[in-house]
Amino acid sequence: MSEAIAEIPLRGNISAVPAPPDSGLKALTKKELAADHPTWCPGCGDFSVLALYFKLIEKRKLQHDNFVSIAGIGCSSRFPYFVQAHGVHYIHGRALPFASGISLSRPDLHVFVFGGDGDAFSIGGNHFTHTARKNVKLTYVVMDNWVYGLTKKQTSPTSPLGFKSKTDQWGAVDYPINPLKQAIAAGATFVARTTSTNPHHVLAMMEAAMDHDGFSFIECLSECVEFYEGAFDAANPRKGGMFMEVPKNHDTADEVNAYRLAGADFPGYFGIFYNVNKPTKNAKEADINKAAMEKVKGLKDWQILQKNFDRLR
Amino acid sequence: MSDTNATASLSGGTPKVSRINEAVIRIAGNSQDGIQVIGGFLARLAGRSEQEVMTFMTIPATISGGPSIFQVRIGSGEVLSAGDDADLLLALYQHSYEDHIGSLKKGGIVLFDSDHVEPKAELQQDYHHVGVPIASLTVEAIGGTAKDKGKNIYALGLLARVFDLNVPKLEQLVIERFTGKDESVVKNALAAFRAGHSYNVGNLFETFQFSESRKREGRQVVMNGNEALGYGLIAAGVRFGAGYPITPWTDVMELLRRELPKYGGSFIQCEDEIASVSMAMGASYAGRVAVTGSSGPGISLKMESVGWGVMAEVPVVVVDVQRGGPSTGLPTSVEQSDLNIARFGSHGDSPRVVLAPANVEDCFYVAIEAVNIARKYNVPVFILSDQAIATRIEAFLEPDLEKVCQDISPDLTTVPDFTPYDLSAPDGVVPRVVPGTRIASGKYPVATGLEHDEAGHPTAAPKMHQAMVAKRRKKLLALQATLPVPKVYGPPEGNVLLVGWGSTQGPIREAVDRARAAGDSISSLHIKHLNPLPHGLDNIFSGFHHVFVVEMNDEGFYGYGQLAGLLRARYCDPRIRGINKTDGLTWKVKELLAAVKMKLSSNGGAAKTVLNLGGA
Repeated sequence: MSEAIAEIPLRGNISAVPAPPDSGLKALTKKELAADHPTWCPGCGDFSVLALYFKLIEKRKLQHDNFVSIAGIGCSSRFPYFVQAHGVHYIHGRALPFASGISLSRPDLHVFVFGGDGDAFSIGGNHFTHTARKNVKLTYVVMDNWVYGLTKKQTSPTSPLGFKSKTDQWGAVDYPINPLKQAIAAGATFVARTTSTNPHHVLAMMEAAMDHDGFSFIECLSECVEFYEGAFDAANPRKGGMFMEVPKNHDTADEVNAYRLAGADFPGYFGIFYNVNKPTKNAKEADINKAAMEKVKGLKDWQILQKNFDRLR
Repeated sequence: MSDTNATASLSGGTPKVSRINEAVIRIAGNSQDGIQVIGGFLARLAGRSEQEVMTFMTIPATISGGPSIFQVRIGSGEVLSAGDDADLLLALYQHSYEDHIGSLKKGGIVLFDSDHVEPKAELQQDYHHVGVPIASLTVEAIGGTAKDKGKNIYALGLLARVFDLNVPKLEQLVIERFTGKDESVVKNALAAFRAGHSYNVGNLFETFQFSESRKREGRQVVMNGNEALGYGLIAAGVRFGAGYPITPWTDVMELLRRELPKYGGSFIQCEDEIASVSMAMGASYAGRVAVTGSSGPGISLKMESVGWGVMAEVPVVVVDVQRGGPSTGLPTSVEQSDLNIARFGSHGDSPRVVLAPANVEDCFYVAIEAVNIARKYNVPVFILSDQAIATRIEAFLEPDLEKVCQDISPDLTTVPDFTPYDLSAPDGVVPRVVPGTRIASGKYPVATGLEHDEAGHPTAAPKMHQAMVAKRRKKLLALQATLPVPKVYGPPEGNVLLVGWGSTQGPIREAVDRARAAGDSISSLHIKHLNPLPHGLDNIFSGFHHVFVVEMNDEGFYGYGQLAGLLRARYCDPRIRGINKTDGLTWKVKELLAAVKMKLSSNGGAAKTVLNLGGA
């Protein structure tokens, strides 16, 4: 365990921001970070996200003992197995509350959560809303491929109308969710969009998200070459599409304009739509603790409890 | 109310004073009358007077209004249950009077608010009626604006008069309770109390005095089961929890939300039950055993995550304050119908631990035990409390907090290597290495719900699945080997053995005492560790002709309840039969003895197997 982290008490200081990467530390190499060979299909967009996650860790000199990778269920949620670090492959749709439990009890850890559109917006939709509104400090990267891939081509909550899947043979009839609007409306304090075909942009978004003190959300278009080939060609200049960045003059604190930009027709914009600083859940809980602990200063835990018992007579 | 010796009636219309060993007082009114407050005062007074006390409370599920009762049994000897029939009924309304007079002993006292209650002529014979215009006298004592507010405290004053309670101690309790609020609140409360106490109850022919209680060693604390559970978790070192409000679990989460920050911990209110268990699971994974809890439907919702905890071998404590089910069921009634879901409630083979506290004091210690089992065996542990323990107030010997409080902070020291699911680990138990720990070999674990190999990589290899299923089972077999054999209450051999779990311990023991006093051959056995079961139960059962498992759940298709089903499956012993009920109320002693008698007589009716059953 590094000295810097040993100094962060695990209790009573929940607001502590993770120690800044120590320049004296050696950056982990891709070799040290790669674990199992990914089970994804050749050509899957998720490979690029994984490679850029390694790059992020390397560039920011994160160490094995100061981050965790958490995921739910789905193709992209296999992510933690491919990262040589403490990780969790949790249950479908519930990665966010699990990750919140880590974030709120371990201020010394960077918490990264990975998942797909079904995990995030369908079965986990409620958690997405509430983790965003609570502004729990963690980074959530959703690899959005507009389809259920692990179960082999069923309609997802982001499948566009008319998408022919095994559960909508005649084409999807339910209106798709707009993840960015969903995030902004729920109160997320950092909302960005990127696409796995633009590596520099993915890394830039990940870095900004990691530096954000609060709930940071990235929608990353990530093509499923098996069940929704070509879904994002219109956003890929190499396929004749257009990669349009969020206008330079957009004020990322302007919620209404962020919402308006989020509603642009596909391929839409890429970049940071919304970015504001609001006290995090972590900080608010830490404030509550600080006030409560002030009143019992100098007492051992059993003595605090004894004070309660003295009144229970 | 058992008289020991009645002193001679005093002259001049002064009521005679009877010495009593114990009394059952039932207070009936509406939920907003604060009758729980009176009950609480009486319970605390008993605790401070080193008397035994047990309470029983029903609260309506409605938001406001609706009938509510509080029953207090105070005794100078050991009090095991809330008492069958009341000695005194305090009735605030007509419905309180009519609905509860049946729970009063013949010849008992009904103290009623004559402003609201019109006594029935035909009941005057059987019960001693004492009318006091409580509502108007309260207004008179503390002024009109107070309205119904002080009625409960006025009534407390009346009760203090009838039972010759310690007035300075009660006044002190009143002051403690209301201090911190507006000064006039304390003043009004004391005025109401004193007015009630000094009221000259004209037609009361008798007042009572409790006999000297047997000296109890040490200081008593008085609390309900939910409080004891919450404080027990804190003592155990739990510093994180997550939950969603649902009756009757909510008090536990409110307490932890309020208290944990003092210790640098947090309790988080989540968007739903699944988020709650997941957040607790995440915090547990992060190092220190965390808690979630619920009741009824909330428990059903948590089960997928609990299965993950079994598979990934992550500890967590799940509190289940049982209520009547299925579905929304009976939110404020008691039932023991969650044993099966606690034990089997996730898909697949997912062995976990289930414990049940027997009483309020036990809630405190079971919480600590649950945390320690969870951390030692890396497994989810259920605490099966119930609505009856949750809401009843008991006095018990104050725990030695300095001794029992423990620190369960994670150890983040670098380890050379780590194999998270090592099949060769002794008993299959691998001490955890939590995130934030450096692993020198550079090989890091993934906690996973997929079947996995020893390193945590997903695999569906047939042999590996079989080996891992066995590993998860073996851990709990190792735990089982450490569980103490429960002790028989009463002689270890005889005719009838009553087996129980959870909150039925008190009434079962009292039933045994009563039947034995009448010459019957009957004992009882309380099982705290419900999954896995301790060894040695078969030896105990073999000492009896009949083994009846007493439960507050349904007898099912085959005539026995949830624990009885487990015991029959385990021991293939046809002597094991069920005594069950599902009326949402705790067992009364005579009701239980009557049920035993009926079971015995329906058994072919050999004369020697029929109990005398004193009092039944």
